[in-house]
Amino acid sequence: MAERTRPAPGPTTYVLRVLVITYLVLLVIWPVSLVVTNTFANGDEALRSILEDPDLVDALRLTAVAAVVATAINTVFGVTVSLLLVRTVFPGKRILSALLDLPLSVSPIVVGLALVLVYGGRNGWFGPTLEGAGLQVIFSTPGIIMATAFVSLPLVIREVVPVLQELGDEQEQAARSLGASGRQTFWRITLPSIKWAVVYGVVLTMARSLGEFGAVKVVSGNVLGETRTATLAVEEKYLNFDQEGAYAIAFLLASVSVLAIVVVSLLRSREAHR
Amino acid sequence: MSVQLEPRPPRLTVGPAPRRRTPSHNLTRTSGIGLGLTMAWFSLLVLIPLAAVVATAAAGGPDGFWRAVTNEQTAAAIRITVLAALSVTLVNVVMGTMIAWVLVRDRFPGKALLEMVIDIPFALPTIVAGLVLLSLYGNDSPLGLQLANTGWSVYLAFLFVTLPFVVRMVQPVLEELDQEVEEAAASLGASRLTTFRRIVLPALAPAIAAGAALSFARAVGEYGSLVLLSGNLPFESEVTSVRILSAIENDNRATAAAIATLLLVISLLVIVVLDVVQRRVARRG
Repeated sequence: MAERTRPAPGPTTYVLRVLVITYLVLLVIWPVSLVVTNTFANGDEALRSILEDPDLVDALRLTAVAAVVATAINTVFGVTVSLLLVRTVFPGKRILSALLDLPLSVSPIVVGLALVLVYGGRNGWFGPTLEGAGLQVIFSTPGIIMATAFVSLPLVIREVVPVLQELGDEQEQAARSLGASGRQTFWRITLPSIKWAVVYGVVLTMARSLGEFGAVKVVSGNVLGETRTATLAVEEKYLNFDQEGAYAIAFLLASVSVLAIVVVSLLRSREAHR
Repeated sequence: MSVQLEPRPPRLTVGPAPRRRTPSHNLTRTSGIGLGLTMAWFSLLVLIPLAAVVATAAAGGPDGFWRAVTNEQTAAAIRITVLAALSVTLVNVVMGTMIAWVLVRDRFPGKALLEMVIDIPFALPTIVAGLVLLSLYGNDSPLGLQLANTGWSVYLAFLFVTLPFVVRMVQPVLEELDQEVEEAAASLGASRLTTFRRIVLPALAPAIAAGAALSFARAVGEYGSLVLLSGNLPFESEVTSVRILSAIENDNRATAAAIATLLLVISLLVIVVLDVVQRRVARRG
């Protein structure tokens, strides 16, 4: 494609280019860079005071725990579901495949409400029973993990399914005909070939999980030091007129997300070059 | 998409089209157990909770549902949300296609950076997105544009969070598009506009439609980016999800569930649109 001789760019090309760049500068580039400059307005003092506040360290830790657990769950779930969708036939597969995308288009507040209605300790469908068994879900860490897992559910599947489809199952059949067990075939043949898709999926899931706000807000109850996540702390700091603190936590979260994007795009271009 | 972090081109129809007279399943014991376990988890996490929302809304009867969604303040919030989501989706259809076009067909230094910028709204936590927009359009705006706490803030937040959907749907289709057809049309005397309208646009239409559906769904349910930005002024900048949240906080579950059901119906419609579009694309191969 690069070798094609292109017609010299006309005036339309320049108009479009300028229009697009202006739009992106006003909507994304300028505002994002202001957050960076606001964070470092007083040097690294704002960041340091965040990391020295034990409540905020708790919030960051809770966010990390919820994101790691939700990502682990979604990875196992996602790889299994992708294999089932691509390699097996069962009734209801088409509906399932459509429903799996649902979490991406449901409002985070509705996600929170849905979980509270089922797992709420007072009058949820299963909540009182679970609490009787000593497991508190809503206003506690399991609820935060569930909300996080809900919103990032399809991301691994969306990466893995197309790769599995393209791969075909000839190698797997060959391995099996040579006497490999199902488990050996999975670990030796299938997993290595979908490795990169899984990695992309994991990075995207992680980024999405670290940043979940609405659903977590509904299920967490925002108990200081117990169920307050980093995103909830941003809101609280800002509303308490601690803008510098809000910007500092926002900067931390934003740099993790941007790092995730850079990692994914580097991996992608490396993959494309091979 | 929200999230909906990175939208991919519509997922191809999963698996082969069912051949006639094939057994209804080919599950081995292990894959059967796998299917059972994953379905159990999917039901516990997603299906049962969403069913609970609809059931709670239905428990109030049609009257209760109607009263909840026609409450003056709620109806205003729904109107504001849907109007803003529709307008923003239209902007995205135009701007998104243009951005995709520039990313695929134009070449200039710094283009790789723009490529990354498109993904930022996906990756940024929504609350951070709100804060980011406040820094340029808030009270001490360097531009002198104070959109925070006005009705326009809703449009601004929606534009930010839905930026990538149309771009990322259209981009791969545009990359695959054979430029020779366009060159042929041009050499036969078609103007650039005609070539675009008659050759390029029809090929992009399914991708644009899919991106628009995702962008509408994302906007209608948006919450996080608005919390700090919009001020949640009733009848002006209060959106539907904020109404649901205040109903939850007042322990008015029936009302919350009724409004949430309305949003769920929209999400389901979008899923149906996507499924139909994907099927059409897959059939055309």
